Amino acid sequence: MSTRRWQLITPYLLLLPSVVFLLVFFAYPMVAAFALAFRAEDGGWTLKHFQTMIRDVAFAPAFRTTILLILIIVPVQFTLALIMALLVQAKLKFSGLFLYIYAIPLGISELAAGIVWFALFTERGYLNTLLTGLGLLDKPFIFLSYQNTGWLLFAVVLAEAWRATSIVMVILVAGLQSIPHEFLEAADVFGATLWDKVWRVILPLLRPSLQVALILRTILAFQVFAVAIAVAGRGITLLAAEAYRWYDSYRNPSVAASFAVLIMLLSIISTVLYLWGLRTPEEQSL
Amino acid sequence: MRSSTALLRRFGRALTYGLAVLVSLWVIVPIYLIGVAAFSEQLAVYTYPRPFFPSPFSTETMEFFLRSSGVLASARSSVIVALITLVLSTLIGAPAGYAIARFVFRGRDSFRLLVVSTRAFPIVILSIPLAVTFIRWDMYDSAYSLALMHTALALPFTILITSSVFASVPRDLEEAAMTLGCNQFEAFLRIALPLALPGLAAATLFTFVLSWNEVFAAVILTVRNRTLPALVLTVLDESPLPYRFAGGFFMLAPSLVFMLFIRKYLFNLWGRVTK
Repeated sequence: MSTRRWQLITPYLLLLPSVVFLLVFFAYPMVAAFALAFRAEDGGWTLKHFQTMIRDVAFAPAFRTTILLILIIVPVQFTLALIMALLVQAKLKFSGLFLYIYAIPLGISELAAGIVWFALFTERGYLNTLLTGLGLLDKPFIFLSYQNTGWLLFAVVLAEAWRATSIVMVILVAGLQSIPHEFLEAADVFGATLWDKVWRVILPLLRPSLQVALILRTILAFQVFAVAIAVAGRGITLLAAEAYRWYDSYRNPSVAASFAVLIMLLSIISTVLYLWGLRTPEEQSL
Repeated sequence: MRSSTALLRRFGRALTYGLAVLVSLWVIVPIYLIGVAAFSEQLAVYTYPRPFFPSPFSTETMEFFLRSSGVLASARSSVIVALITLVLSTLIGAPAGYAIARFVFRGRDSFRLLVVSTRAFPIVILSIPLAVTFIRWDMYDSAYSLALMHTALALPFTILITSSVFASVPRDLEEAAMTLGCNQFEAFLRIALPLALPGLAAATLFTFVLSWNEVFAAVILTVRNRTLPALVLTVLDESPLPYRFAGGFFMLAPSLVFMLFIRKYLFNLWGRVTK
C-alpha cells in the first residue's frame, strides 16, 4: 500500500480501539438498561418495573431530596468555585500552593468525603467540640439524627460542596485563562470595580466554561449516593442510592435499571435546559 | 490622593490573601481533622471534648483498620483494578489522543463530540446492565470486569488529556526528524513520545485515582472481591467509629500525593474540553 494511503487511514486505525470500546461499554449497556427497565419476563414490553419504582415508599423522598440537593448545591459550588478560580488567577505569591490545595478534593472519593464530614458532625465530633468550646452550646447537639432531615441534608451539602467544587474551579480557571488580558485591562482603564468586572466581563466571557461545568456538575450530582450513605446512613435517600438498594438488597435489577433510566432522563433534561438557558443570544455572537 | 489609592490597593491585596488562606483552610482543616482521628488511639474517638491534636500520636487506629477482615485484600484488589484500568485506558486511549492532536481527518470533530458526550451517561446506567451481562457471561465479581468498566469511565478523560499533551509537543520537531530520515512511527517513538512522557504520566495517574475512588460500579460489580471503597461502604453501618475514620483517611491519602503531580495538567484537559 502506498504511503499516501497509509497517511489517510492511520488516524482511523488509531481511533478504532477507542470507538469499539466506547460502543461496547456505553452504547450496549444503555440499550440493555432500557431493555431491563421495560421488558417483562415473557419478553413483552411493560411499565411494571417503572410503576414498582414510583409506588415505592422511598421513591418520592429520594426524588425530592435529589432535586433539592442539586438546587442548593449548584449555586453554592459555582460561587465558591468562581472565588477559588479568581484567587488562583490573581497572581498571588504561593499561587502554586493555593492551586494544589484547592485541587486536592478532586482526588477524594465521594465515600471518603462523606466519612470526613461525618467525623466533623458526629455527636462527639469536632464541630460539637468547637461549638461547646466557644460557649455557643452547653452540651453536644445531635446533628445527624434521623429526626433531623434538615441537618442531615445540610451536612451532605457541605460534604458535596467541599468535595466537588474543585472540578468546577478547574474548568473555570481553564476558561479564565482564555480571556484576553486586554479586556480586563480595558475595564481597569474605565475604572471598573471588581464587581463590575466579574459581572460584565468575566462571567459573559466564561459562558462556554460555565455551560460545561454546569452540565457536568449536575449530571454528577444525580449520581451522588455514597456521601449520603456515609453522612446520613438511611436518614436521607437519593435516587442513585435507591438504584443501588434495589439491585443489592432487593435483588431486582429491573427496578434498579428503572431508577438508572430515570436518572439518565433527568440528566438529559437538565443538559438541554442548560444548553437552552445559556445559549448565546444572536446579537452577542456577531 | 495617590497614597490613599495605594493604601486601598494594599488593603485589597491583603484582603485577597486573607480570602485565599481562608478558602485553603476550608479544604485542609477537614482533612487535618480526619488525620487526627486516624492517628490517635482508638479510645480518643469516644472522648469529649475531642482533642484537636493527636494526643498521644498513635498508629493503633490505622493498624486496627488495616487488620480488620478483608481490608488488605480489598486494598490489594483496588490497586490491581486501578493498574489494569491505567494500562488499558492508556493503550486504547492514547492512540486516539495522538490521532486527534496530529491528524486532520474527516470525523475528527464528531469523534471528539462522541467522547465528550459519554460524560453525560450516568455510571448508574452503565453498571446495572453490565452486572447482569457479566453474571450471564460468568465474568461477574472479578477484578478484570470491574477494570473494564473503569476503563470505560476513564477512557474519555485519557483521550482528551493525551490529545492535549501531544498537541503541546511542537509538531516541527517531528517533521524535522522526518526530513532527517525517520518515518512517522519512528518520529513518534523518538521525538513525540519522550517529550509527551510527563504529561502521559499525569494522565495515567489521573486514571489511577479515578479507579481507586470509584464506588458505585465497584459495589454493583463485585461481591467477594470487593475493592476498598466497595468494602468500606458495605460494612459502614456496622463498623465502629475508629474503623470509619481510619478508612476515610486511608482512602483520601493518595489524593494528597497525586494532586501534586497532576495539577499542572488539569487545565490542559479542561481547556480543551470547553473549546
